[in-house]
Amino acid sequence: MAGSTLEIKDLHVEIEGQEILKGVNLTINGGEFHAVMGPNGTGKSTLASAVMGHPKYEVTKGEILLDGENVLEMEVDERAQAGLFLAMQYPSEISGVTNSDFLRSAINAHREEGDEISLMKFIKEMDSKMDTLEMDKNMAQRYLNEGFSGGEKKRNEILQLMMVQPAIAILDEIDSGLDIDALKVVSKGINEMRNDAFGCLIITHYQRLLNYITPDKVHVMMQGRVVKSGGPELAQRLEEEGYEWIKEELGIEDETVGQKA
Amino acid sequence: MTVEVSLPYDKEYVTQFSNGLNEPDWMQSLRLKALEKSESLSLPKPDKTNIQGWNFTEFKHYVEGETIDSLDRLPEEIQDFLDQEENKNLVIQRNHTPAFGALNEQLKEQGVVFTDIHTALREHGELVEKYYMNDAVHMDEHRLTALHAALMNGGIFLYVPKNVQIEEPLQAIFWQEDPEASLINHILVVAEENSSVTYVENYVSNNKEEKTSANIVAEVIAKDGAKVSFGAVDNFEVGTTVYANRRGVAYRDAVIEWALGQMNEGNTVSENITHLIGDNSHSNAKTVAIGRGQQKQNFTANITHFGKGSDGYILQHGVMKDKASAIFNGIGKIEHGASKSNAEQESRVLMLSKDARGDANPILLIDEDDVTAGHAASVGRVDPIQLYYLMSRGISRFEAERLIIHGFLAPVVNQLPVEAVKRQLTQVIERKVY
Repeated sequence: MAGSTLEIKDLHVEIEGQEILKGVNLTINGGEFHAVMGPNGTGKSTLASAVMGHPKYEVTKGEILLDGENVLEMEVDERAQAGLFLAMQYPSEISGVTNSDFLRSAINAHREEGDEISLMKFIKEMDSKMDTLEMDKNMAQRYLNEGFSGGEKKRNEILQLMMVQPAIAILDEIDSGLDIDALKVVSKGINEMRNDAFGCLIITHYQRLLNYITPDKVHVMMQGRVVKSGGPELAQRLEEEGYEWIKEELGIEDETVGQKA
Repeated sequence: MTVEVSLPYDKEYVTQFSNGLNEPDWMQSLRLKALEKSESLSLPKPDKTNIQGWNFTEFKHYVEGETIDSLDRLPEEIQDFLDQEENKNLVIQRNHTPAFGALNEQLKEQGVVFTDIHTALREHGELVEKYYMNDAVHMDEHRLTALHAALMNGGIFLYVPKNVQIEEPLQAIFWQEDPEASLINHILVVAEENSSVTYVENYVSNNKEEKTSANIVAEVIAKDGAKVSFGAVDNFEVGTTVYANRRGVAYRDAVIEWALGQMNEGNTVSENITHLIGDNSHSNAKTVAIGRGQQKQNFTANITHFGKGSDGYILQHGVMKDKASAIFNGIGKIEHGASKSNAEQESRVLMLSKDARGDANPILLIDEDDVTAGHAASVGRVDPIQLYYLMSRGISRFEAERLIIHGFLAPVVNQLPVEAVKRQLTQVIERKVY
């Protein structure tokens, strides 16, 4: 199984008339784990949201292709059905909809009509994934993200990832707000997904997540562009030396983008 | 232009009607006094909704219905309300006839009364007299309460003696089978000290073309330490104009919980008022409603605190589509002396079309310093960020919206005690929204 390929070409994105991404190029193949790093405010989360189709982000130039298909022409649900997944930094809370009902709808949305997952199989799978993520079983019956702690929301995003089994996943700051134990558990879940077909883009501004999930490629974003790419050793150097040396090397004074003065 | 339609029922008719039912004298004299009052009193004036032209007087007052020997022979639309296993605590009223009645033998032995109002007046007249339109709703509040008292033609009496805790829910189904029959129902629930009971009622009709009117009064009396959980699904068709007045009185340490699914298709005025008389009394009043077509509705939920340390929580969630309009008034009132009380409320309206109208009016009236209170109100469309989140998991826009709307109305659905009633309300929501 070769898996899917996500190509991002010269992507320009605006939010409320302000350009945040200024020509991002990135290709993720099935089987590869990529990390996008960078200080706050450099456009990393905008990249994730634009790929998924967040209503507030407008793509003004460039292309996003999944196995050659134009993602920008797809509705959000079509992007998901085509194989994309975004673990969100701030997942919505939806009152009155149980986590388990939502998950089942999500799984069935990826299957043909008449081929819905049986309740027994669904519960079995959910239970085993919740065990991996050390989640309390009663979270299945709680309303979707309502009253969840920051850490519970992150685990719940990874639970969805593991249940939906997408071709390409983007994880947007999945490590923020997690203590070290939770970080290990979440990493375990993500590593369980690793196979030669699954592609993953991990967005983080801390190197510590990458102690548990080893990326094949590391990219640094500044000023709304990918300014440097390398292997895992790049993340290591960022951990030791910070971002200043890149800024010096590239002559960047202010790495952020779209921030009001 | 409004035309005052005079009532086609006079003193002679009411006297004969009362005699025909062998009612106690106090009841007949209450009816006649109310009939007289109804001529001079004016209609209630719900905030921001003009009901002057609404039909409250044209209807058939008394229509018999066939009695029901076997529940299996009921039409599907009525069977939908019943759980599979035999319901031992059930009253079905068909038009104005008490058509079916059952109560668990054990509960009977404990002194529980659960029967139609006419039988109750004959067999437990003194008990009914003590509470009927005395502590909660008064006959002379306005024209509609007076009309109710004069022409009451159905309903339930539920009496739970001291210390009796009833686990299983008691259910009533009010079936307006005749398209022009008017249900002027009186529901009287009395829970004596330290008793507890769960009651759920369903209203159903079919009159799309024919016009009639329903005038419902429910009174719930919860004595010291009693707990009453009251659920209702109102589903009158478009031809029925509805006035529903559900009122509770909670004494010391008593709890009254309301879960009202207000799913009428016609114009509706509904008020749900709870008086927290006793110290540490508590009420949780939840309403969900849907408006569609040209429907006009006005909902008031009011919890008034008299007792110290009393706790009130109001939740109103409405979904408006087409050209429907609805006003949701949430009133938390804390009287002087009700120190350490807490009044909370949440009113939210979801608009599904640009021509629909919805108002959420949260009102806090506080006459005491040492209290806590809060309110949240919103009127808006389905949150695009919530939709985005659900759709990002592959769920279609239609299905995502459906999940959000069912979730929005879940607070009442989940609280209803009978599985069949939950399921039926979910179906009604599905049918009305899509």
